[in-house]
Amino acid sequence: MNDNTTPYISLRNVSFSYEIEDGVRLSALKNVSLDINKGDFVAVLGHNGSGKSTLAKLLNMILAPDSGTIIIDGKDITSKDMTEDDVFDIRRHVGMVFQNPDNQLVATIVEEDIAFGCENLGIPPKEIRKRVDDALETVGMTEFARHEPHQLSGGQKQRVAIAGIIAMLPDTIIFDESTAMLDPAGRDEVMRTISSLNHDYGITVLHITHNMSEAIEADRVIVINDGEVYMDGTPAEVFSQVEKLKSVGLDVPQVTDLIWRLKKLGCPVSGDALSPEAAAEAMLPLLKV
Amino acid sequence: MLKEITLGQFFPGDSPLHKTDPRAKIILTLLYIIGIFTAKNVFAFLFVVLFTLFLIVLCKIPLRIILKGMKPVIYVVAFTAVINIFWTKGETPLFEFGIIRVYPEGLKFAGLMIIRIIALLAGTGVVLTYTTSPIALTDGLERLLGPLKKLRMPVHEFSMMMTIALRFIPTLIEETDKIMSAQKARGADFSQGSLVNRAKALIPVMIPLFVSAFRRADDLAVAMECRCYRGDVGRTRMTELHMKPLDWLMVLIFMIFIAGIILLNIFAPGFSI
Repeated sequence: MNDNTTPYISLRNVSFSYEIEDGVRLSALKNVSLDINKGDFVAVLGHNGSGKSTLAKLLNMILAPDSGTIIIDGKDITSKDMTEDDVFDIRRHVGMVFQNPDNQLVATIVEEDIAFGCENLGIPPKEIRKRVDDALETVGMTEFARHEPHQLSGGQKQRVAIAGIIAMLPDTIIFDESTAMLDPAGRDEVMRTISSLNHDYGITVLHITHNMSEAIEADRVIVINDGEVYMDGTPAEVFSQVEKLKSVGLDVPQVTDLIWRLKKLGCPVSGDALSPEAAAEAMLPLLKV
Repeated sequence: MLKEITLGQFFPGDSPLHKTDPRAKIILTLLYIIGIFTAKNVFAFLFVVLFTLFLIVLCKIPLRIILKGMKPVIYVVAFTAVINIFWTKGETPLFEFGIIRVYPEGLKFAGLMIIRIIALLAGTGVVLTYTTSPIALTDGLERLLGPLKKLRMPVHEFSMMMTIALRFIPTLIEETDKIMSAQKARGADFSQGSLVNRAKALIPVMIPLFVSAFRRADDLAVAMECRCYRGDVGRTRMTELHMKPLDWLMVLIFMIFIAGIILLNIFAPGFSI
């Protein structure tokens, strides 16, 4: 339904502000224009309060922009003609996984929770059953189907939340700092699930994070600073501009930082390493000196 | 310590009573209660007691657990018995002591009342609360009360509230534990001092707990909206409940119970009480 030339998600001059007290508004997004293609894996980086979560909430109509247009799959979601059904249709296509795994599970049994979204959509029971089983398998939680959420680890709960979204068969999933509250093992589990959804199932992923090493796994990195798109490019392009990132107080992956520091000291290293392996490669000439 | 709190009295198992449809069990419980209160003579009462024992055997839950569950109501039972003994008036008092007069009718009523309350607790517990998980109970209630939706009763909303409450109780208990530990680490003392002081010590626990509960509620509301929740509009359910042969069998057994009591009431009038 969508060819590759028109972007799947398109934002034009989108602005949004919160009212913090009477008449005083705090601008969260200023004139943001962005295009995201179907099947992309996009990481959105930024500080707390940079506007990155606002961006996510605009895309599935939890918030409405002050000005500008947002087009998703050819549909202008900022138009006045959007009916309630249209809103729910957008939310079905653009799923969202939040930060706190405890605060997004509704039911007391894992499989019941995964079915929740489908039940809301009015899908026939047999079809829900099938989708729930498929979703459980996709996130590798089949054996926990009858467990209660509070018996699961953070990473497992987050995978259940993801399963609840994929059972609704979305095209896009927004992860709003979904890894921020997890321990390293849980983070790995969830990142593996996210990559697999993108690679194996072709789901467009918008991963909002402030973990640099997670951003490397994306095809594209968008840095939001102070409500504006500050940088936009492949991980290699973005992370090669170490100074530009540091000037807004963002970090780069540790290995990238290491290579950058070595270069600054005048060591003969080459390239911008994004992974430990690449860093080792880059530092090889040092051994030969 | 807080983790030991169990929800309701559900005791997992796989007895026929556990497997019965929750909707059927709610109806069976009502039949049982009606049965208890229609029993009018000694034989009918005996039948109630026997049937209750039959249910206890059927549910495969250790008697010890059922008896333990009755502990808190001992006082209520004792109180009712005392009231019945002293306040029931008959013709010839059994004995008099100042203004207190005890009639044989009083003793009889007290005895019957005790049997009724104990049978009521054991029976409803065994049929419903011990053998049905809270979530199945909520679900059964929602489906059973479904027709009331036409009268604009918020049946779905009520059941959703129950589900969310059940879902968050363990989470909030865990959180309370965490906050209490944090306050203890800062020198709070929850176990010593007068009652007033101990209650005061809980304020710094309750406030963060409430703040966080509100934040959770807000998060959950957004998450539910993201999952297309809009109340009961066009909603389906994954699990459908169908009455199985076992459910009909249980209904039949309880019908026999009611019929038995009615017959005993009619055909053994001489022993009526």
